[in-house]
Amino acid sequence: MSLETASPSAQHRRHGSNAGQPLTRRDGVLKVTGRATYAADNHPEGMLYAVTAVSRIARGRVTSLNVAAAKAHPGVVEVLTPANRPPLAHDPDVKMPPFGFRVEVLQDDTVRYVNQPIALVIAETLEAATEGAALLNPQYDIDIARTGLESGERFGLAAVGVGAPPRTAHGDIEAGLAAATRVTEADYVTPQQFHNAMEPHAVVAEWDGDRVTLDMPNQALALSCASYAAYFGIPAENVLIRSPFLGGGFGSKAILNGPQILAILAARMLKRPVKLALTRTQMYGPVGHRGHTWQKLRIGTDNEGRLTALHHQALCATSSFDEFIEPAANASLPLYASPAILAEHEGLRLDIGTPGPMRAPGEASGSAALEVAMDEAAIACGMDPLEFRLANYAETEPGTGRPFSSKALRECYAEGAKRFGWSGRPLEPRRMRDENGFLVGWGMGTAVFHCPHFPAEARATLRADGTALVETAGADMGQGAWTALAQIAAEALGLDPDQVELHSGISSLPDGGIAGGSGHTASAGLALHNAGEDAIARLAEIATADPASPLFGAGNIGVAARSGRLHRHDDEGRSESYAEILARAGRAEVVGTAKAARDPAIAEAHAMFSHGAVFAEVKVDPDLGQVRVSRLVGAFAAGRIINPRLVRSQYFGGMIWGMSFALQEEAIADRRTGRIMNADLAEYHVPVNADVPSLDAILIPEDDPYVNPLGVKGVGEVGITGTVGAIANAVWHATGVRVRRFPIRIEDLLVDRT
Amino acid sequence: MNRFDYIRPASVPEAVAAAAVPGSAYLAAGTNLVDLMKGGAARPERVIDITRLPGLDRIEWLADGGVRIGALVRNSDLAYDERLSRTFPSVAEALLSGASAQLRNAATVGGNLMQRTRCAYFHDLAGACNRRVPGSGCDALEGENRLHAVLGWSEHCIATHPSDFCVPLVALDAVVEVEGPHGGREIALDTLHMLPGSTPEQETALMPGELIVAIRLPAEAAAFSRNARYLKLRERTSYAFAVVSAATALEIEDGVIRAARIALGGVAAKPWRARDAEALLVDRTASPEAFAMAANLALAEARPSGDNAFKIELARRIVVRALSLALEGTPEFMPALPASPFSTITGANHVA
Amino acid sequence: MSLSIGLTINGQPRTVTLDDPRVTLLDLLRERLDLTGTKKGCDRGQCGACTVLVDGRRVNSCLALAASLDGAEVSTIEGLAEGETLHPVQAAFIEHDGFQCGYCTPGQIMSAVGLIAEGHAGADPERIQELMSGNICRCGAYQGITEAVLEAQKILAERNRRAAA
Repeated sequence: MSLETASPSAQHRRHGSNAGQPLTRRDGVLKVTGRATYAADNHPEGMLYAVTAVSRIARGRVTSLNVAAAKAHPGVVEVLTPANRPPLAHDPDVKMPPFGFRVEVLQDDTVRYVNQPIALVIAETLEAATEGAALLNPQYDIDIARTGLESGERFGLAAVGVGAPPRTAHGDIEAGLAAATRVTEADYVTPQQFHNAMEPHAVVAEWDGDRVTLDMPNQALALSCASYAAYFGIPAENVLIRSPFLGGGFGSKAILNGPQILAILAARMLKRPVKLALTRTQMYGPVGHRGHTWQKLRIGTDNEGRLTALHHQALCATSSFDEFIEPAANASLPLYASPAILAEHEGLRLDIGTPGPMRAPGEASGSAALEVAMDEAAIACGMDPLEFRLANYAETEPGTGRPFSSKALRECYAEGAKRFGWSGRPLEPRRMRDENGFLVGWGMGTAVFHCPHFPAEARATLRADGTALVETAGADMGQGAWTALAQIAAEALGLDPDQVELHSGISSLPDGGIAGGSGHTASAGLALHNAGEDAIARLAEIATADPASPLFGAGNIGVAARSGRLHRHDDEGRSESYAEILARAGRAEVVGTAKAARDPAIAEAHAMFSHGAVFAEVKVDPDLGQVRVSRLVGAFAAGRIINPRLVRSQYFGGMIWGMSFALQEEAIADRRTGRIMNADLAEYHVPVNADVPSLDAILIPEDDPYVNPLGVKGVGEVGITGTVGAIANAVWHATGVRVRRFPIRIEDLLVDRT
Repeated sequence: MNRFDYIRPASVPEAVAAAAVPGSAYLAAGTNLVDLMKGGAARPERVIDITRLPGLDRIEWLADGGVRIGALVRNSDLAYDERLSRTFPSVAEALLSGASAQLRNAATVGGNLMQRTRCAYFHDLAGACNRRVPGSGCDALEGENRLHAVLGWSEHCIATHPSDFCVPLVALDAVVEVEGPHGGREIALDTLHMLPGSTPEQETALMPGELIVAIRLPAEAAAFSRNARYLKLRERTSYAFAVVSAATALEIEDGVIRAARIALGGVAAKPWRARDAEALLVDRTASPEAFAMAANLALAEARPSGDNAFKIELARRIVVRALSLALEGTPEFMPALPASPFSTITGANHVA
Repeated sequence: MSLSIGLTINGQPRTVTLDDPRVTLLDLLRERLDLTGTKKGCDRGQCGACTVLVDGRRVNSCLALAASLDGAEVSTIEGLAEGETLHPVQAAFIEHDGFQCGYCTPGQIMSAVGLIAEGHAGADPERIQELMSGNICRCGAYQGITEAVLEAQKILAERNRRAAA
């Protein structure tokens, strides 16, 4: 590559059709020059800084705060505590559907988890606010914290994840187990993990009368506007959220949290703009996390290695005052054929912040356990793990028998195995060494993620100069939405992506739905697609009704939009540019709008999932137990691919998250106090560059006529699933040690060498 | 961070005089002190910025072949110093296995010696820590302590010293030069850091106001240049503190060990020199058996301070491996992954 | 207590009056000098998002007290491109998709510029990975980052060769 091809002007050169091209990111130049503005980069005139003081106990009551000391610190303007916190229009202990959680906004002196906000200090400088918060020196009445399996309270559940049933049964599980020639049974534990987006949660709030502007990273603009409006007793249209860039979200920026609400409240109280950014440590509590799970799997198999029963139980931690239950056991529902499947969940109440959705909620933890259990079952049957999965391939959705909207998993297995070189893998562990004497292991896992679709709206405006403006209030947290959505819109509009301006990331635009569940490209994309088609239809109406147009009278025959021109279907030679049509009609623009949602009948009739197969190679020091992943190959089928460059990056990111889950991430809470002892980025390990192996992501073609009219599935989360198990299975294959607690640690592998 | 007076002395005597006031702290790059101040574990009333003190940023080779390293030499400058990395390769390897390139560019040699423990309870202001608040207790003892000390700890403190750099330094008999209110003196690095005993708050042998101005490596240490390694176990490939580490150095003549040096990191409140194990190796043939005996002896006194018994076995194995690597010879080039077990080098090694 | 320091920031000499010695270089840039390209990810030297060059060397600006840097030359992401022409490292990050959310990107790029200037990695991807490990990317764009550094290094070396010829 030369510098010329990397220059911004060449980045969006058109290569044939719009969608499907590996265009570089539209926001690339802004991001590499530091001109992309994230929430905390805003600095309105007269702005104050807010810093939360947080609880260092998990359960009890704040008995005193040294407000005088904080206020005496030069620069401190105000200290918000339960004693002087202005009223809110919504009770923070009442959940606000659909994604509302109970939040802590100084409603009283109760402490229900570590790092809960217990005061907010507002000052002229960040330094003063920070020290003011430190000077509060809280005193507590401490109750014994419930921090683990032994002390937590188990309870039955009404729902898991976002409204899914806590128990799903297909067939008779006990009969299935009784019919098995072998039953593989094991327990698996996954830890508390934290999203740790690189950008800490931040808000800059500025009020103008009863209108407020919020600069904040936000994955769910319209929903959030409604929620903030409820808290502040103002109409939703009085809340403007600007979220042009998010420094990562992974689920943690889709949900309201106490500190941000308090900062907005402080701005109203003090009649000045207020900025708040959480510290890294403060992100371990009030902004969600992936909940701790304890899972049990029972897999019954017959003599041919076919499943007779798949029983997945999950005990999932949540807070003492709210529920988000990692739907881990549901990972066993859509994947392997079995006459009997039972997925069931139980809750465990602990004195922790409420968990929340974190990249592949449920699927990641559940797949980690399921894929290891499948490996164990394969070994019990004396079968190659891939062969075993193929023997249990689900041609239709297990249990329901519904057809899959599309499922190229078989091709994923085949291509992934081929690229990886899976064949010839010894069944037994500890059979492979590299030239340096390290143990080498190969493992695999199946990846699966469902395909949600959120209602979304969009607007497409064809302008007099033949270019277009398309608008939807979406969120690009790194998945590449701005680029992929522009490609989709451009295709619908018959334009080059360079001719399409995309406005997004601000709540005043048509509701782009939620950037979550790997459903944003499909949801907002379909709205943009339909809006584009609407604009073209309106333009065609003008042209075909205009006697001066070469397209006059083509109404019934139809026209096609291509390269900025409308063409007659029956006579390609007869065409006219958008600009010409608009000019003659004396129109400055034509506006198309659309609302898009999934057809419930089609959704009901089909099972819709992205799939993949992940193959991992690890190297393990035979004496010292340190693990290094040396290769990861993933083959994924996720419908139509809008931008392969960005999709590959999403898969890489997911696979690295899987590696992180398998080998690194774990928040360690003190068993007595519940305080997380590694609430930072030094000792809460996430992968660094040197951890990253050779990565290969294969895009398996898949045509899906049902999932949505675009044929697009999600790619953001599927990559984690499968990978965790693949790596854990590779570690077993290298060492012969089966670790059922994540992350796998050095001491787990310090086996006796004798 | 608390408010403080910022003082920028122009000379070492001025700095020492300024630090005579209680509540003072010396600031070099700040990679540790500023972090501690942000967390609240350090709240100095006076910050004495020593970064401009003249003459402390030099690497001077002494006539006898030893080296004197100014306290303000940056970690990366020292690690990439061609002569230093040739003469004391395990020192360079340890430096490059620590922290990140950015931190090494800033952090100073003196600051590295003075860095505080990573024990989470030391940093947790709401918890008890005898090191931070004498007499308050040790919450680590019954807490989350899988990475805590297995050597030299007491019921008052089970913290470890986090430095990589200090591990080969102590193995190679480094000496610390200090200036203080009562003039200059020298301290063997091995006695700079203190075991906790009943006074864990006494972290070093420095008197109030004393300032490290240089570190010396003796000429004798250069004799190990062909057979010296640093090995560091981490929970990720890079940018992580040691679970356990070891610096080893051998002088070998016709397959027989003439001198040996062994020090461990991540196991105690100080870089842990294993002199008995060294002595055991002298005049023995270099062999896996001899190394295993040395490793056993090095850890003979070890006992778990919590959920960390695995560190004892791990430390034994690391000693064996690090000795084996030293025997293989110092790599001609710094490994791509310094000190990592995965730092396999395919290039030619030194031939002794 | 007020303190006046001189800094050269992206080539521009500036006199900065500090009313507070606690101000770090990072907070000085972001909150007082309106140079918000440099990002705060952890504020404790644990992520690298705040990486800038001080006197040509990459450091974590979150752990440097501004007062201590009196007289230093500071280079930030805002000063890297020449007008609209991207620096080769910036261009390579785009081409190799070396970022997703973009938040760690200014730090990654300044770190890469520093790494190339240090010259210790050669063309060995593993050395680049190791020496870029002080910059965490939670999105996991590491493969693209490594490729981008390798390529930019090549381009810069070629440019230097031509300049020398």
